[in-house]
Parts: sequence; structure tokens; C-alpha cells
Amino acid sequence: MHESAFLLGQVFNGFSVASLFILAALGLALSFGLMRVINMAHGEMLMLGGYLAYMTLQIVPGPLGILVAMPVAFLGAGLLGGILEWAVIHRLSARPLDTLLATWGVSLVLQQAARNLFGAIGVEVTAPRWLNHTVSVHSGYFKGLDLPDTRIFILIVAAFVLGGIALLINKTRLGLYVRAVNQDRATAAAMGVNARLIDLAVFALGTGVAGLAGVILALLGPVTPTVGQNYIVPAFLVVILGGLGSLVGTTIASLMIGLFTALIEIFVDVSVAQVLLLVFVILFIQIRPQGVITVRTRALEG
Amino acid sequence: MIGNRTGLLAALLAATMLSSATPAFADGTVKVGVLQSLSGTMAISEVPLEDAELLAIDQINAAGGVLGKQIVPVEEDGASDPSTFAQKATKLIEEDKVVTVFGGWTSSSRKAMLPVFQRFHNLLWYPVQFEGNECSPNIMYSGAQPNQQALPALTWAEEKGYKSYFLLGSDYVYPRTANLILKKHIAHDGMTLAGEEYVPLGGTDFSSIIAEIQQSKPDIIINTLNGDSNVSFFKQMAAAGLTPDKLPVMSFSIAEPEAKAMGPSLLAGSYTSWNYFQSLPGPTNAAFVAAYKAKFGANSVVDDPMVHGYEDVMIWADAVKKAKSFNPTKVRDAAVSLGFVDSPLGEVKFADNQSMVQTGYIGQLQPDGQFKIIWQSPGPIEPQPYDPLTFPGKSCKLH
Amino acid sequence: MKMRVNQMIGGVVVLLGAAAPWIINPYELSLLGRFLALSILAMGIMLTWGEAGILSLGQGVFFGLGGYALAMHLKLAGLNLANGDMPDFMVWSGVSALPALWYPFANPVVSLACVVIVPGGFAAAFSWLVFRRRVGGVYFALITQALALAFSTLLISQQAYTGGFNGLTDFSTLFGFDITTEGAARVIYWVTFGFVLVTYFALRWLLMSRYGVMLRATRDGENRVRFLGHDPVPYKVVAFGIAGALAGIGGALFTLHSGVVSPALVGVVPSIEMVVWVAVGGRNILWGAIAGTLLVNFAKDQISSALPSLWLYGLGALFILAVSFLPAGIAGLFKDGGGSARVMRRLLSRKALSTAE
Repeated sequence: MHESAFLLGQVFNGFSVASLFILAALGLALSFGLMRVINMAHGEMLMLGGYLAYMTLQIVPGPLGILVAMPVAFLGAGLLGGILEWAVIHRLSARPLDTLLATWGVSLVLQQAARNLFGAIGVEVTAPRWLNHTVSVHSGYFKGLDLPDTRIFILIVAAFVLGGIALLINKTRLGLYVRAVNQDRATAAAMGVNARLIDLAVFALGTGVAGLAGVILALLGPVTPTVGQNYIVPAFLVVILGGLGSLVGTTIASLMIGLFTALIEIFVDVSVAQVLLLVFVILFIQIRPQGVITVRTRALEG
Repeated sequence: MIGNRTGLLAALLAATMLSSATPAFADGTVKVGVLQSLSGTMAISEVPLEDAELLAIDQINAAGGVLGKQIVPVEEDGASDPSTFAQKATKLIEEDKVVTVFGGWTSSSRKAMLPVFQRFHNLLWYPVQFEGNECSPNIMYSGAQPNQQALPALTWAEEKGYKSYFLLGSDYVYPRTANLILKKHIAHDGMTLAGEEYVPLGGTDFSSIIAEIQQSKPDIIINTLNGDSNVSFFKQMAAAGLTPDKLPVMSFSIAEPEAKAMGPSLLAGSYTSWNYFQSLPGPTNAAFVAAYKAKFGANSVVDDPMVHGYEDVMIWADAVKKAKSFNPTKVRDAAVSLGFVDSPLGEVKFADNQSMVQTGYIGQLQPDGQFKIIWQSPGPIEPQPYDPLTFPGKSCKLH
Repeated sequence: MKMRVNQMIGGVVVLLGAAAPWIINPYELSLLGRFLALSILAMGIMLTWGEAGILSLGQGVFFGLGGYALAMHLKLAGLNLANGDMPDFMVWSGVSALPALWYPFANPVVSLACVVIVPGGFAAAFSWLVFRRRVGGVYFALITQALALAFSTLLISQQAYTGGFNGLTDFSTLFGFDITTEGAARVIYWVTFGFVLVTYFALRWLLMSRYGVMLRATRDGENRVRFLGHDPVPYKVVAFGIAGALAGIGGALFTLHSGVVSPALVGVVPSIEMVVWVAVGGRNILWGAIAGTLLVNFAKDQISSALPSLWLYGLGALFILAVSFLPAGIAGLFKDGGGSARVMRRLLSRKALSTAE
């Protein structure tokens, strides 16, 4: 394989990893932006998506099962997210650190529930046959470059999800309310926006996206009770880098982390790459402590 | 923040109410310890292993026990944490006065327990394949040494004509040491090393590594990934068009339960190296598999570490009978002088270095989730805790 | 009057603690010793989280640094370095000579100093880098969690220098004394107990001092502190540094008790479990941190073997309930004003605050 093809392949891989991070972190960033709370059980929403994909594929086997699984997982995880918001999170909304701890407790319970329901060792979800191909370059400067269909599919899904959420936030009445609450909760509430309901809706939307992401992750990884833990720390880093609840920020942060890891792994071990990623994040907040995109706000304490 | 210290009092009271010691030989019974992780990341593997150990104890008890005594297993949870293993091992020996302990899976758990067993002159039966480089009079190592699993795999691959090897593993002790040994042998045998890569435990992204594999074009991948990382690796290989029939993969930590959970369709055609497969022929294995299925369900499967755990208990009982004593030192001496016994694994025995003499098998995964045995070592292999090529001058002499 | 009763109860607890080696059996003593070592770390969490409002999900890192600093010495103590001896794991990792990083740890005094200085210094430096850019709160918690992940990954991957996943184990002597005997176990227990007492009284004094007042002021209104002309960063950095040093001391003592230090105790999950101890015991009350640590760990020891699945549900539920309904922890129930009334008042006051913003 040509050096340039290898390098381009790594850039593609960076985008591919970034698309996974976007899907995994988007829901987290949405609710963090609005409510300033971090949902430590977000990883378990990914896990739930994986198990919902497994159950859907039991009922709808065949090539299109995965396309059915995505909306099922979106609704299932969104519903659980809504319940979680109503039962735990809004009660703690003024105490973000306590919310973080309480949701970690939720994540423990959900993991153990998955273990008791489906067994500790995980379940089988395989990519449909129509994704088991690659786009290959056979001649020219990038000869030897192989781009797996699965990864291209995931990039497309990530783009669709991003686009859909952007439309929702920028073009709908619900989006208007979300932006209003985001900018100034008290004023929005005074103007008759039901901030409480907006919180619930955005949180459920965020966890729904996580459920959908869980289906996608199952194409490339395992479906086990603890699978969410593998993605959660990078997703948190995306939120830290991205800034408060900005879609563009989340996207740019995911791309930065994806490309950074893919390119640094050419030179160092994956383990060392993980350490360097943290160093990168710490250095980055020295320069831009508010993240990639700074949301202007009148509040002194966010 | 200023208050009294009643908390300490409560805790001290709780501590004094902990269970008190009872003798090991109460009314015709003898206590043995069973110490596996029932919680934490390792529970997934260790719970079935504990089931197999308890099955052996049940069978011995049903047949009348040993030296006229029924065996009472004392179960403790190592919680996938080495310091907990050490703590529970101490508890089993000091409080419960067990005569021996069956347990451990990770090398870290064994390393943490080793000083405990040496201090109390007790005996641990350790059933999992490991990286060697250890040799203690207080541990019986029944799992494969590197020369009983990793090196037979290399021998088979060389016989098959593979010249170029890519080593891929999880970033921890076993893969690193196994690969250190494999690299020496690959160089010594005139083969080429196409690459060597590690991902952190639980790692899920293999895109960069697959790119490297595509670039270096090895004949075979030797895979020492652990647990879930295998699922990610095989899925992403399949997505990149590299299914096991196009690029062979030899794995050291995928056995029947993992194959069943990961989906045989994903792995079918890939190879593994073990000292036991559920598909091994012979009446002893058939009886063992039938007994296990009768107790844990017709869908359950057994694997190499489970059978080693089961056989450890059986050989312990044989050794007790031969020594006519439960004394760990006498049992240990009897165990290494038992000679070959028939087992689900075939003919096995403990060598003088307290590791097991056993046959190496290569299996190829079939679509039904079982392995077809395609190769076996010419005979039972003598265990070598220290590979002579990699660690010259080191050896293990205990008896 | 109340003060008098409290002092008497405290005195009895201290006496019982000091006499524990004669009251309970060696195994129970070793458990108690371990958990007391952990409670030193927990008091550090109480300082940062309860008093300074800094939630760290990475205390395992500092615990590990302290544990490894001592373990490296214990590993070298039995070796003849002049002869070129090396710890066994280095031999099979293919290392040819003792790495330079290890040499200072041959000296026990240097090693013991590192137990305090390395985690304390690292914690202070790390937190300064984050706090100086006014990043805090939830962000800081997430960054420390990433730190815990990165640190444990690094420990595991650098097998030749750290013992990797297996960690360091099989220790025999410290300052020439055999540490595996029953007598040594008692001495180690008393040392641990002594450290718990010293830490308790030192922190109590610190929190009553002007520094403690400033720390609480920073927690309750960082910007107000700035407007009054004070820079809150040094207060927070010092608190986090002290908590790091305490975690290191706890780690070293724990290593002495358990005879092993490994990455299993420094990662993401153990680090967050450490916060549970304090959440359950009481984040604003010093003895609550100790009591919570002992309570949760003894419960874990008893429940996890018998009912492992129940334990995980229990731990999760404990977390949710403790932070939702009992923010002052168990210790809060014993404080003046009674338990439930306090909880309600606290909830209501925070609610009021949130609408004001």
C-alpha cells in the first residue's frame, strides 16, 4: 500500500471514530448545555440501544433489521431517559455534582439489570450482509485504500442525526423554546415557556440519540452489560472540548479527538495515545477554557 | 464538620460481630476454599469456572467423599481485585481453616495470593493458562504454560506454511510475555514478524491496527486480545473485508463460551489453541459434559479453564487418598507422584515443577459454535515455566 | 453538655480502636486496618468535595501513586542491587538493567517522602492547571475521571517499569523488619490508626482556621470571593494537594496491609466508589467520612460474597438515595437540628438559590 493511501486511510479512520464520538456524545452535550447536568448513565443508554437492536433482530431478522432497530432503540432509550429525568434528575437539578453521582448509581443498577436479564457475556448483533463490503481504490495515487461500507454507513447516519437535530433546534417551535431556555431560563419561563417540559423533552431526545448510537456501535463492537463504559470517557472529553451544548462545538470536538487519536496512533501505542489525548485536552483548556464554541451568556455562573 | 466519632464505634462493633472461626474437621467434613470473582469484570469467566469446581466437589461427595469425609466448599468473592483475592485467601486459611483453595483466574490475582499461601504453607490450585515465569511450591498450576498453548500454535502454523506473523494483544502481562516468547521463536525459526500491536484492556477501536495489518499483509494473526475487544476486532475485520477465511486468525483466549456469545458466524473458520475442547472424543469427557449439562442446562458449554478447575479438584482428591492426609505439603508431594490419570482432557499428570503435563490441540471454529480439532501435539507436553530460548538459564526445580 | 457527651464517646472510640488488636482476631484486624487506611483518603475527599466543592473522580490516581511509591521500595528491599538484581517481573518483560526511575526508591526514607510528595505535588500541579483557567465543577470531575482512566491504562501498559496489570506484590521487609508476621501486622495497624487520628485532628484544626473559612467561602460563592479581592485558586489547589497527599498516605498504608498494589485500585470505578464512602458517611463531617468508609467496606465484604448481584444493586441504590435524600450523609442525621428537618431545609434552600440565578 502507498504511504499516501495509508495516511488518507488514517484520516478516514479519524473521521470514522469521530462519527462514533458524535453519536455517543451528542445526547450528553444537548442535556448538558440545557440543564448543566452530566448523565453518567449515558453509557448505559448506548448499552440499551445495543440490546434493543439484539431484540429487534430476533423479531425482524434479515437485511433490513438494523434499519428497524434504529428507531426502536431511539424510542426505547428516549422513554427510559424521560423516566430517568422525571424520577431522579430534575429533583437534583440545582446540584450538578450530585446529579452526576446519582446517575452513576443508576448506571450501576442498569448494568446489573442487563446482566441478570441477558447474561454477563453479552449477546450477538452482527452487521447485515449488505454492509460487509469495502470501497477500494485499485489504481492511482491512493491505490490500495479500502474504505469499509460499515464505516461509511455510520458516517452517513451521524451526518443525518446531526442534520436532524440542527433542523429541530433551529427551525421548529420546540427548538425555539430550547434556545430560549438555553439563553435565559428565568426570562423564558416568565414569557410562558414551560422550562420543566423542555428539560424533559431535551433529555429524552438526548438519550434517544444515545440509544440509536448504541445500535450503530453494535455494528463495530460488542453488546455487553458494560459496553457503555468503553465509550463514556471519550464522550465526556468531547463535551469538555465542545463547549456548552453547541452542536457545532460537539462536532468539531469529536473530529479533533478522532483525528488526534487516529494520527497519533501511527507513532505510538494505543495506550500511550490515550494518555496523550488527556494531555491534549488539558493543554487545550489552557487556551480555550470554555471549549471550542463559546456560548455568550449574561449569567456569571453557568 | 465538627462532631463526635460514633462512626468508629459502630464499625468496631460490626467488626467484632464478624463470623468466628470453626474447625475444618467438624463432624466428618473437611473444608476447602473456592475463591473466584463473583462480581466485577472477571465474574463473566470465573462464575462458570466456579460452577465446574463445585460440580467436581459434588461428584466426589456423592461417591462417598475423601478419607471418609464430605467436602464442604467455602465460597468467597475475589471481586476481580487482586487485593481482595489476597484478603479472602487469608480469611479462608486463617478463619475457615480450609485445607486447600481452588481459585484465581488473572495472573494478578495469583500473584497477590502467592505470598499468602507461602506464609501459611497452604496450597492453591490455579486452573488458567498463563505466561509462566513463576514457580511456587504452594501453587499447583494446571493451566497451560506458554510452551503448551502458544508454542504449539506456532508449531502448527509453521507446519501449515505460514511465514509472516502479526501479533495483536490486549495491553497487559499475558499477551506481552507470550509475544516476547513467540518473537524469539519466530526469529529463531527463520520466520518474519509483520507487526506487533496492543490495545488497552476493553479497547474498542481497531481501525488503525487494521490499516497496519492491511499494509503489512501477514500470513496469519496471532491474537491475544482479551474479552470484549475480540468482538470489536472481529467485527471490524469483517467490515474491512478481512474474514477468517481470507486472513487466518489464531486466538488464545476465545473458547466455547466466548464463541457462543460473539456469534459463531463472525468467527467461523478462525483457529484457537487449547489443551481441551468440548468436542474432544472419549468417554471421560462425554461423561463430564453430560454431567455439566445435566446440572447447568442443555445449552451450557464448557471450556478449557473450567475443565482444569474441575480436574484440579479431582486430582486433589486422588492425592489426598494417596497421601492419606489433608496436610497441604503431603498432598502436594502425592499429587506430583500420582502419574498419568484419565481426565476429560485426556491423559494428564502433574510434573515435578507442579505444572500439568498435557496435550496441545488446535481447533477450528465451526458454524455451530463448537471447535473441530484439526491438529494435536505428538504427545503430552512437559510444562516449561521458563522458556529456555527467551529466558536462558532459568528453571524451576521444586522436588 | 452535648459537647461533653461527644467527647466521651470519642474517647471510648479511640480507646477501642487502640485496643482493637486484643479485641478482634488477626483477620478482622487486617480488614479494619485496610479500611482505616482507606478512611484517610476519604477524609481528603471530605476536604475537597464537602468543604471546597471540588468533586474528584480520580482519587484512585493519588492513592495509587502513594501505594506504588512504597511498593517500589518494598520490592527492592530484598534485592542486592549492586549485584544487578532486579524485580522478577522486569526480567520477564525483557528489561536488562534496573530503570533509573527505580533507583531512588531503594532508599526507604526517599520512598516514604515520595508517598506524600509525589501524589500531593501532582495533585496540586494538576489542579492548578485546571483551576487557573477557571474550569471547575462538573468539568473538573470529568477531567479527573479521564485522568483515572489514563493513569490506569499507563500503569498497565508500562509493564516493564510498573509490573503492569499484575501490579507489585510479594513484599517482605521494611527498614529491615519482617512485615509478614502477626506482630508486624499489629504495628502496621497502630501506625494506620495513628495516622487516622493525626489526620482527623489536623484537618479539624485546618477547617476551623481562617483557611477553612475561605475554602467554604470559595465553595459557596467563588465569584464573590473574587470580588472581595481574594484569589480562590490557591485555596482550592492547596485543598486538592492535601487530599492528594492523604490519598497517597492511605494508598501506602493500604499496600502494607494488603501486601499488593495493582492498577485494579486506581481506575475509574474504584475512584468513584471512594466518593460513595464519603457520600454515605457525610461529606461535611469529618468523622462521617471515616464511618462511611468503614460501613460501606464492611458491608461490601459481607454482602458481595454471599449475594454478588444484590451488592451491585445495593451499591447503585445507596448512591442514588444518599445523594438525593441524604446529602449530609449518615453523619448528618446526628447533627444538631435533627436529620430530616435538615435535609428538607437543605433541599429547599438550594431550590430557592436555583430560581434566584
